[in-house]
Amino acid sequence: MRALTDHAVTVLAILATLIVVTPLLVIFGYLVYKGASSLNVAFFTQTPKPVGETSGGMANAILGSALVLALASFIGVPIGIGGGVYLAEFGRGTKLANAVRFTADVLNGVPSIVMGLAAYSLVVIPQHHFSAFAGGVALGIMMIPTVCRTTEEMLLMVPHAVREAALGLGVPNWRSVLSISVKTASPGIITGCMLAFARVAGETAPLLFTALGNQFWSMNLNEPIAALPLQIYVYALSPYDDWHRLAWGGALVLIILIVLAVSLVRWVTSRGVLKGAS
Amino acid sequence: MSEIRISQAQIQSDSDMAGGESGAQTAEHEVSAVRKFLMARGNSAIADRVFHGLMVLCALSIFLIVALILWLLIARSQLSWHTFGLKFFYRSFANPETGQSMYWDPVNDRFSAVPFVYGTLVTSFLALLFAVPLAVGVAVFLTEMCPRWLRGPLAFLTELLAAIPSVIYGLWAIFVLVPLLREHVNPVLIGALGWTGLFDNQNPTGLGFFASGVILAIMILPIVSSLTREVMTAVPHSQREAVLALGATRWEMIRMGVLRNARIGIVGAIILGLGRALGETMAVTMVIGNTAEVHRSLLANGSSMAAVIANEFTEAVSDMHLSALIEIGLALFIVTVIVNAFAQLMVWAVTRGTPSQVR
Repeated sequence: MRALTDHAVTVLAILATLIVVTPLLVIFGYLVYKGASSLNVAFFTQTPKPVGETSGGMANAILGSALVLALASFIGVPIGIGGGVYLAEFGRGTKLANAVRFTADVLNGVPSIVMGLAAYSLVVIPQHHFSAFAGGVALGIMMIPTVCRTTEEMLLMVPHAVREAALGLGVPNWRSVLSISVKTASPGIITGCMLAFARVAGETAPLLFTALGNQFWSMNLNEPIAALPLQIYVYALSPYDDWHRLAWGGALVLIILIVLAVSLVRWVTSRGVLKGAS
Repeated sequence: MSEIRISQAQIQSDSDMAGGESGAQTAEHEVSAVRKFLMARGNSAIADRVFHGLMVLCALSIFLIVALILWLLIARSQLSWHTFGLKFFYRSFANPETGQSMYWDPVNDRFSAVPFVYGTLVTSFLALLFAVPLAVGVAVFLTEMCPRWLRGPLAFLTELLAAIPSVIYGLWAIFVLVPLLREHVNPVLIGALGWTGLFDNQNPTGLGFFASGVILAIMILPIVSSLTREVMTAVPHSQREAVLALGATRWEMIRMGVLRNARIGIVGAIILGLGRALGETMAVTMVIGNTAEVHRSLLANGSSMAAVIANEFTEAVSDMHLSALIEIGLALFIVTVIVNAFAQLMVWAVTRGTPSQVR
């Protein structure tokens, strides 16, 4: 009887794993099947055509996403890395550091739509119009906790001996942190930033009422701008087959970007980031 | 037996990965002594202090962000708060023309969050109902049963599942999941469980609470299972060996040696999953149907707190409408912060000492 229960549980656990893996494979398979057929040169070079005309692309959305994400990284990466450096190099074991770590993890779980509301209240209301800038602020804030925590984790992997060696040579502490610790951990920190980047690249909710979306080319940070996930959302809910096709294409592009980033992070961390150091 | 050795090696390498944190504890004192000496030398003391200050500022900015979000949302939801008060979250009102009770009336500027709170609770509960058993099953399989060569790829796959953007889940749900539910699953549910009143056939679209619950379950599975896995790995190996030595089968070992020790952490993982489900926006918005109504049937259309914000915010014209939506956002923020903080504490209680993965 006990052996029977044991076997039953084993089977159940395997079954659960299969059930979990199946949707992933189905989603990916479907995405590639639907997306690949709609990716062509026009997709990357043209703006959306009016309803009824076939072809057209998402070039403006890709450019818009790139702009907003560049702005977001500009805000999120330096602050995030700074916070991570504090946690790993200065505040280890202190109450403040624990509180910061805790708050960062909690902030990570705050719904993205709330970030959108905050950016709306902070930027859009005073400016009286939607803008790419507001979208960048929303996404930038969302990047901070992730960048901060990965930076900390990567810095913790730097062996103490390296720091001691630098300090022993009379290098000032700030130089030792920047040129020794951060530099040794930099592959890990960079991939951490890429992870945060990939994560916010797919965010739609914070852009809904900040960047708003745009059917045309726009490089102006002060105006509404198109973004890939926004465009996917709008096209998915539209009744036109041609727009659905574009939505699948956009989804495939996004997912490729994200899979690349996640694999890279995994590869770097499993290989041991700090090859030169240990 | 070989199984145990493998996981022991795993634990060993895990603690090595921690940057030798325990070993570093002693070294740390020496380092700080060296640092103090060097910093006292003077020539770089100012630069050091400035650098230290900058890093502290970056760290403090995280508190600042939380405070700023709270303040902004409170300031912008004053209008709605002063007009409706706490009744916003539990009362309906009568339609002036027909006398029927209703909740959401942008035309006459009267609002109540009841249907959205209801939708959020129902969909999140459904999501947990589907996701938790599966997530724990996967975690048990990955930590205790899985052959080693399969562990990495499987963990990687669940990690990928967590990285897919919400909008892509929504896209997939609209074109694959909803038709599937509509054609094959819902008729069965209506036939078998229609008598409970939870499944009726009023809604032919396939959208609604049930579809949202299913897609939410798929979305929170990775985080619940990876956290559960982390917590289970943190259970000391001696526990497993002790139970095995008493002649337990593998399942008994898992139940008594692992799950019982990790239960606080597992509950924490589940609550963290709940936090994600509560605030999930895009996928839910795309499949829930977006009607401000309260229905008993799980197959009916509805809306959730996040969905109504996503759906109506850009179209809201009156100040009161905007203010009401922001108040819903504020409630969502406070609830998710509390839920996440609670869950984090529970997970930390178990994994203390082993550094947590970034999610």
